[in-house]
Amino acid sequence: MAKNDLLGASLWDAYSNKVTTLMNNPQHQGEITEEEAAAHGNRLIVADFGAESCGDAVRLYWEVDPKTDVIVNSKFKSFGCGTAIASSDIMTELCIGKTVQEAVKITNIDVEFALRDNPETPAVPPQKMHCSVMAYDVIKKAAGLYLGVDSETFEEEIIVCECARVSLRTLQEVIRLNDLTTIEQITDYTKAGGFCKSCIKPGGHEKREYYLVDILRDTRREMDEEKMKAAADAGSKGSFESMTLVQQIKAIDAEIDESVRQFLIMDGGDMEVIDVKPGDEYIDVYIRYLGACNGCASSATGTLYAIESTLKEKLSKKIRVLPI
Amino acid sequence: MLVYLDNNATTMVDPLVVEAMGPFFSEIYGNPNSLHKFGTASHPALKKAMDQVYMALNASDNDDIIFTSCATESNNWVLKSVYLDHIVNGDKNHIITTEVEHPSVLAACRALEEEGVKVTYLPVNNQGVVEAHVVRSFITDKTALVSVMWASNETGMIFPIKEIGEICKEKGVLFHTDGVQAVGKIPVDLQDVHVDFLSMSAHKFHGPKGVGALYIKDSQPLSPLLHGGEHMGGRRSGTLNVPYIVAMGKAIELATTNIEEKITSIRAKRDRLEDALLELSDTFVVGDRDNRTPNTILISIRGVEGEGMLWDLNNGQIGASTGSACASEDLQANTVMLAIGADSELAHTGIRLSLSRFTTDAEIDYTIEHFKKAVFRLRAISSSFAKVGPTPGGESKECELHHH
Repeated sequence: MAKNDLLGASLWDAYSNKVTTLMNNPQHQGEITEEEAAAHGNRLIVADFGAESCGDAVRLYWEVDPKTDVIVNSKFKSFGCGTAIASSDIMTELCIGKTVQEAVKITNIDVEFALRDNPETPAVPPQKMHCSVMAYDVIKKAAGLYLGVDSETFEEEIIVCECARVSLRTLQEVIRLNDLTTIEQITDYTKAGGFCKSCIKPGGHEKREYYLVDILRDTRREMDEEKMKAAADAGSKGSFESMTLVQQIKAIDAEIDESVRQFLIMDGGDMEVIDVKPGDEYIDVYIRYLGACNGCASSATGTLYAIESTLKEKLSKKIRVLPI
Repeated sequence: MLVYLDNNATTMVDPLVVEAMGPFFSEIYGNPNSLHKFGTASHPALKKAMDQVYMALNASDNDDIIFTSCATESNNWVLKSVYLDHIVNGDKNHIITTEVEHPSVLAACRALEEEGVKVTYLPVNNQGVVEAHVVRSFITDKTALVSVMWASNETGMIFPIKEIGEICKEKGVLFHTDGVQAVGKIPVDLQDVHVDFLSMSAHKFHGPKGVGALYIKDSQPLSPLLHGGEHMGGRRSGTLNVPYIVAMGKAIELATTNIEEKITSIRAKRDRLEDALLELSDTFVVGDRDNRTPNTILISIRGVEGEGMLWDLNNGQIGASTGSACASEDLQANTVMLAIGADSELAHTGIRLSLSRFTTDAEIDYTIEHFKKAVFRLRAISSSFAKVGPTPGGESKECELHHH
């Protein structure tokens, strides 16, 4: 939040001139009939995506030359807002002249890009980016119908954020490589979740299979587990500084049992390890004296020195022992 | 022609109101709390404004009507102070409201839920109205407050405030009503209905934005929301907004004087518009016309998406709304449409038209023409009205609506 965010943006002013023009006067709005296609010796493909109950629905018509697989004509019908109609219109334009195999490579990002007035300025505000996703989905569906395959087969990766077309794999990699801990960071790095926001968490504009909150949590957990495992492996090889906290405490206890405790008990005392705090310069080991050690003059001098030098020698030079 | 049909969002300030408030900016500008004559010079105008408001609502002299900054403040004040007085410092833990309240009630209730308050959100019937017996059935001995709007901003439907007031009185539960869409539009008589608190806002009845009020029956206790210089008898601190209070007084007087005549005139235009739009096939209007504020139509047009329709109306110089202006950037379906159980196909197709006493017959004619033109154009593009069906296997799967 800052000055520029305090007054809500004017939604329609953020549309490009192309979006406005095509909404007001779509070029490829209409239908192609079976008879028209047959008269040209072509195949008609009609695919629906969305529904009125979702707030957006589009019907795509392709007239395909069966000899060359080229889409020779395309029309659309759309129930939706201005950006949905403009996206549908530009989608049909992008399809015309391409083979079905080429058309299936058109993504929602291509559709949005084609609606820009200049390459640097987005054609629609972030929350409207989702309208172009329908164009991508309906093309896949039409191609599946034409080629007689399931439209899912065109998708090579699992797409988590459809608006920005960010895959599950990319998200997991980015979280790992950059040690990301928040959704905001993920959006900054990948743009995922920056548009219609459906993919951030359940309860948004539409239901998703994967949500960023879950991916972040699961990836972080995997990272922690790997770190733990690495630490455990390192610990078993004897590197004190790579051990987990629990391993360090156990190692200290074991060392004290081995070399220190017997001497304290002989004098009617004892000690316990309270905490271990690893820092850059020192690893602080907090201990508490029990029994006769408590208040013994040597406990702050000679005994302490003996404990510390034992741990330093056996475990790590960085250890500093602090009685509390 | 420019036609403004979004008067449930806000209204034009009546030029007579502007005239009345004018002197209180640079001529009579003293602080009414000051002892000198600069300060006291505003007192007669403030007294008059209070008289105008008390008169318009038929409030008793034993009641308090406290000027606030807006109805959002009034609503927050009641909810948060009832929470403080009767839940934190009392033995209650429950508030009853409805699913269709304004965000200033709903969001405040959600914030109170975070504090551990139990909140019941009552559903509406197929008319978009909460029935009084439903309110009764949810009141327990732990209920501190019932908060139900007098009329809906989205549908214009009028809620049974008199019956709910009687139930609350009988059960000994405080009753608050958000009267924003009722005051100035329909008769509001506070000696006829039992209401403990009523919120209102001047800009909904041709007053300026930034001034509202809270009615408090019998001057009963309610902790202040704003602490400070003990203005308005210590109930709401903050230097009195003299020109706006004067304006609110004038605006409510203008709106409520001969209100039945005004209602008849607005209703006639509204009904004519509604009848003309209903000539279009596959349309329906939410709620019984006789139980609606006289200026409001919420119409659903099959096959025409709400925002697309607003776009075309805007191109035709007509300002309307898809529901609540606060939610106009929201991608979600109209919550009231969902709440009244409309077919989910229709939830994205609601257009609200709200008239005012300044709406003319010529504007209605113009709107009818352009509205029909827009529906014709958008249905020609709409997939809902396409003739050639999908290739087998190319049908769409039905979409589930995602409720929050």
